[in-house]
Amino acid sequence: MSVVRTAKAAGRPNWLVFDKLGVLIGVIAAAGVMLPFALFRANRIVAGEGRGLAEALPSVVSAVLIGALVIGFMGALFRVAPSVKLVAGVLALIGLAISIGWSARYLTPPEDTLARVSPAGGFWLLVLAFALLVADALIRLRPGPWLRITALVTVGVAVALLLWSGTWDDLSILREYANRAPAFWQEARAHLVLAFGSVAMAAFVGVPIGVLCHKLQAFRTVVLNGLNIVQTIPSIALFGLLIAPLAWVAANVPGAAALGISGIGTAPAMVALFAYSLLPLVSNTVVGLQAVPASAVDAAKGMGMSGSQRFFGIELPLAFPVILTGIRIVLVQNIGLATIAALIGGGGFGVFVFQGIGQTAMDLVLLGTVPTVALSFAAAVVLDALVELSSVRRRR
Amino acid sequence: MIEIEDVTKIYEGTAVVDRVTLTIQPHTICAVVGTSGSGKTTLVRMINKLVEPSSGAIRIDGVDIAGIPAFQLRRRIGYAIQGLGLFPHRTVGQNIATVPKLLGWNRGRIRDRVEELLDLFGLDPEEFRDRMPHELSGGQQQRVGVARALAAGPNILLMDEPFGALDPLIRAKAQEDLLTIQRRFGTTIMLVTHDMNEAIHLGDTIAVMDKGRLLQAAPPRTIIADPATPFVAELIGTAERPFRLLSLARVSDHAEPGQATGEPIDADRSLRDAYAELLWSGRAAAPVRRNGDIVGRISLDQLARLAARPR
Repeated sequence: MSVVRTAKAAGRPNWLVFDKLGVLIGVIAAAGVMLPFALFRANRIVAGEGRGLAEALPSVVSAVLIGALVIGFMGALFRVAPSVKLVAGVLALIGLAISIGWSARYLTPPEDTLARVSPAGGFWLLVLAFALLVADALIRLRPGPWLRITALVTVGVAVALLLWSGTWDDLSILREYANRAPAFWQEARAHLVLAFGSVAMAAFVGVPIGVLCHKLQAFRTVVLNGLNIVQTIPSIALFGLLIAPLAWVAANVPGAAALGISGIGTAPAMVALFAYSLLPLVSNTVVGLQAVPASAVDAAKGMGMSGSQRFFGIELPLAFPVILTGIRIVLVQNIGLATIAALIGGGGFGVFVFQGIGQTAMDLVLLGTVPTVALSFAAAVVLDALVELSSVRRRR
Repeated sequence: MIEIEDVTKIYEGTAVVDRVTLTIQPHTICAVVGTSGSGKTTLVRMINKLVEPSSGAIRIDGVDIAGIPAFQLRRRIGYAIQGLGLFPHRTVGQNIATVPKLLGWNRGRIRDRVEELLDLFGLDPEEFRDRMPHELSGGQQQRVGVARALAAGPNILLMDEPFGALDPLIRAKAQEDLLTIQRRFGTTIMLVTHDMNEAIHLGDTIAVMDKGRLLQAAPPRTIIADPATPFVAELIGTAERPFRLLSLARVSDHAEPGQATGEPIDADRSLRDAYAELLWSGRAAAPVRRNGDIVGRISLDQLARLAARPR
């Protein structure tokens, strides 16, 4: 308010006032322009040489990109409508996405299959700056849950189009992908099975445990304390700790090995992720059930609803948004944690991360990281929208 | 008729309800009054088996409720509580339809009944049927709560501080609505309240409870004139007694022949209102009006006689 008033007093139009977050975005973007835009390496493991905006692209293209960046910069800096900020930010991001692919094509010498071009610090800073701008504009616009899902799908389609059109084919990360496409999809499947499978199992077990905890006070203390302890075990340690007992089970329980249980591999990874998911699910179920208005439950009882009618008709639906929030928390958590499963042979995108670290090939690390981050982000957006949809009708 | 016979409820060695015997005549309102912790809520919750008595018997129309399955009994008895307990995730219509649905009524019949009740409580069905409870005002929520309790046409309605959360104006209106509906359906109502004014206004019988014991159960007039214990007297308020007595009768019951000047008083107002009006306007008497005609007068002298302790 005070900023606006001072500005008016100084006789400047309202939009010509600097936006506080916009100044930060501007600083980040300016730093991004100064730093190298793309990194050129003669092969995938040697140190690279940075190329600034002017050298990384044909002059016409860099002029267009700079134009798009300036639009984004202005959109960030001045106090314009959020929708204008959104458009400016999206334009800048599209410009960046297309030109980084272009840069890779431009910088790679013809017929050279060893040379690698990857995004450099400057590119990442620019992406960060304008992603901030877009996120800020979206928050200010307060889109409804359906609109958020639509926006996510649009972004997904846009990325798919860029991939399909070959715009990014010369980027190092896609070079890595091209070399191991079958492995990539296999690990992708393993990653999804680990993350979603463990959450599904945990929901299947955790919600009933939560219900029991809600009904039985003594049980609650024991269970929640036990799960709290599990949660404090470092993830790598838990993955490791499970090797011995599961190996024993595989060796001594008839049929266990046939079911795929073994000391290393998917089984311990699944068990560990499952264990990490239980606490948030159980505690959210308890909290959700406790938040059900006591008067509603009493009225239901007083009107002659049976125990199961009360539970399924009143308590569970009213606790559902909180339980769904628990599922959202563990899903996003497990998509990230599943990367570590690769350490004990559980597969998933972590395989590329650890291979990449072993070979000091950052491009390979990125091939494991980028899909993981994208997956977490998408899961968070979709489930947040679902939580809101499930609670919107009963908001007080 | 509800017969409570020598009922006791013991929680952890303390008698919350202590050997209470009380009969509630059909088609009347019994107001159970007491301070918090007096056991009044527990007593009412025993009628629909939300609480099981430790000893004693409760009979409804001569049948001991111990032999009736709880869910069956509860579906026959309306239940409205403070805070209402409306289901926040269900529409107004679905809320009202709760018990009819449990009883397995068909859709058409439920729909008609919901419409009828909304109309009865002055809520336009088209406008309110599909609203969510949080979209209603406090007074509207309260009406939906009572409508829901009456949905299956119960003979008995249990109410626990049903007007507790309402502001005084809406509260007065809600009390009038309850009286109208009670007269219309002849429902037997057992109502818990801590507000003696409310009890005197609504109750055909007032049952005063303290520390689990029933101190007195009698018509308001007797409670005011002959409090059984000092506690009952204190609850009524000694300074309030004559005015409470006046508030029980209407002007029409005590109009006398004769003339008076000034603004007439409506015959259906309470004597207390008439008294206040006479004092305020500085008159000794005022004409009484019924349906626009002057039918007599009411005087300070007569009010003074009526306000004296009955013998």
